[in-house]
Amino acid sequence: MSGLRILVPVKRVIDYAVKPRVNRAQTAVETASVKHSMNPFDELSIEEAVRLRERKVPVAEIVAFSAGPPKSQDILRTAMAIGADRGIHVVVEEKDPQLEPLGVAKLLKKVVESEKSDLVILGKQSIDDDAGQTGQMLAGLLNWPQATQASKVEIANNTVTVTKEVDGGVETVKAKLPMVITTDLRLNEPRYASLPNIMKAKKKKLDKKTLADYDLDAPPRLKIIKVTEPPPRKGGVKVDDVDGMISKLKELGAL
Amino acid sequence: MFSVARRSVLRQARTPLRLSHPVTVPQYSALSRLLSTLAVLEQKDGKLQNSSLAGITAGTKLGGSITAFVAGSGARSVADEAAKVKGIEKIIYVESDAYDKGLPENFAPLLVENIKKGGFTHIVAGVSAFGKNLMPRVAALLDSQQISDITSIESEDTFVRPIYAGNAILTVQSSDSIKIITVRGTAFPAPEVEGGSATVEEGVDPKAECPTEWISEDLAKSDRPDLGSASKVVSGGRGLKSKEEFDRLMPPLADALGAAIGASRAAVDSGFADNSLQVGQTGKNVAPQLYLCAGISGAIQHLAGMKDSKVIAAINKDPEAPIFQVADVGLVSDLFNSVPELTEKLKAQ
Repeated sequence: MSGLRILVPVKRVIDYAVKPRVNRAQTAVETASVKHSMNPFDELSIEEAVRLRERKVPVAEIVAFSAGPPKSQDILRTAMAIGADRGIHVVVEEKDPQLEPLGVAKLLKKVVESEKSDLVILGKQSIDDDAGQTGQMLAGLLNWPQATQASKVEIANNTVTVTKEVDGGVETVKAKLPMVITTDLRLNEPRYASLPNIMKAKKKKLDKKTLADYDLDAPPRLKIIKVTEPPPRKGGVKVDDVDGMISKLKELGAL
Repeated sequence: MFSVARRSVLRQARTPLRLSHPVTVPQYSALSRLLSTLAVLEQKDGKLQNSSLAGITAGTKLGGSITAFVAGSGARSVADEAAKVKGIEKIIYVESDAYDKGLPENFAPLLVENIKKGGFTHIVAGVSAFGKNLMPRVAALLDSQQISDITSIESEDTFVRPIYAGNAILTVQSSDSIKIITVRGTAFPAPEVEGGSATVEEGVDPKAECPTEWISEDLAKSDRPDLGSASKVVSGGRGLKSKEEFDRLMPPLADALGAAIGASRAAVDSGFADNSLQVGQTGKNVAPQLYLCAGISGAIQHLAGMKDSKVIAAINKDPEAPIFQVADVGLVSDLFNSVPELTEKLKAQ
């Protein structure tokens, strides 16, 4: 084997520190002039791919991928500044029907096939839709093994050993390549892209594609009926001491 | 004149009959005939995981018949146990140690075969590590767009789920013929586990090969209530400063209340507490009667996991901490003084 061909899908989302607001028509969350960044779990994916190469696991190529509006190329540049060798951007205009996880998984299957990838590292969920589906769906469509919510990844002789976060602790599974892995927060600490690397990333190859290039038609299956603000909690009271807290909790029936 | 009137009355009486017959009657019967839910139950070491019963409650809200599914070695006895759960009509079990660890590579084809055979319209599972790992793979194999982590059911095709860490609530309508759904346990209380009498039936086993090998697990042992379903939760954050302080202050408080222990991401990242205790968007969602937190500022990712708690109490020394905006009872104080005092006074009660 000449080395791993790693595909890292990344998504442009509203920055995690921004409090999202629902638009007035209650059709979506307001995204205009809101700060966007790379989905935090995807930063872990790209970091892990780069670390595999640094750990002397033979890596032939790391390809960063994103499907999204023209501005998604910013996060592809970020991924390349962290260490991806090149990028693929499938441009989906904001006015066009948006891809759902199943649509993204179908698209990724085609990308995996055309790029001959043998390892796909995705984030466990995107922090906008919170669906947590794409990696598992891709693995299902490819009929590849999957390891979700990874907190440790080891690769030796085509065999991948992954420690996964599960309810109440961790679980370790092992499978042969090719494989799909989704990342959990404890996997690593993503690095900051250095200025020289950001400059270098501007010269790396970034292919622009469309859904038609992959011959994909994936109309949405879910129709958005409405988006609303969650009901606000009633403002509470502040107490002066521990005794006050205990008596207030009793009053509220919590003790 | 009389005959004319009689004819028109007759015609009037006949017309609605003719019209209504082909339109409404088959529609109703088709609905009640077709709507059938398969709830995927989780077993571990031959024991039914009660947290997975939330799917039964969701099935009850959908209407139609409810079938439950369980697989693994000892699945037959788990099925017999689950047969007593109220609301289940039938339980399909597949007895095979190939499914003991719930690995999705062979569990997904197993489910798909049984879904196709049973002609189910709705497949539900709880939002556990098992459900999150398995269900999207099942959905992809059935070419269905899964609906994750629903908190409410509007109708048989319309569901409500939180997005953006619970900062927005989305209502979606699915056009898929088979709806794959994962349900948030705290939004669908478990059904009664007595009084039911489901029939137990063996399912089909396609014996798909599993390319993944389960190696080991390391689960935190705890005598305390399970975090996801506890009625009281005490939670600690960065304000506890170290693992030693976390271990010194939080367990006694939890024991005084009979509560489960949770933690913020900051506390987990700093190594104060195990990752499985994390409450928030990327950790567990809890909705206990009482959520008492100390040293947690209240970032939106944390609030996402606990703001459906009935009563929230917070101890923090920063009066401006966002946690106080959602807390029913707030105490501005140094937790290193007030937590031990609270523990003592609760014990004395």
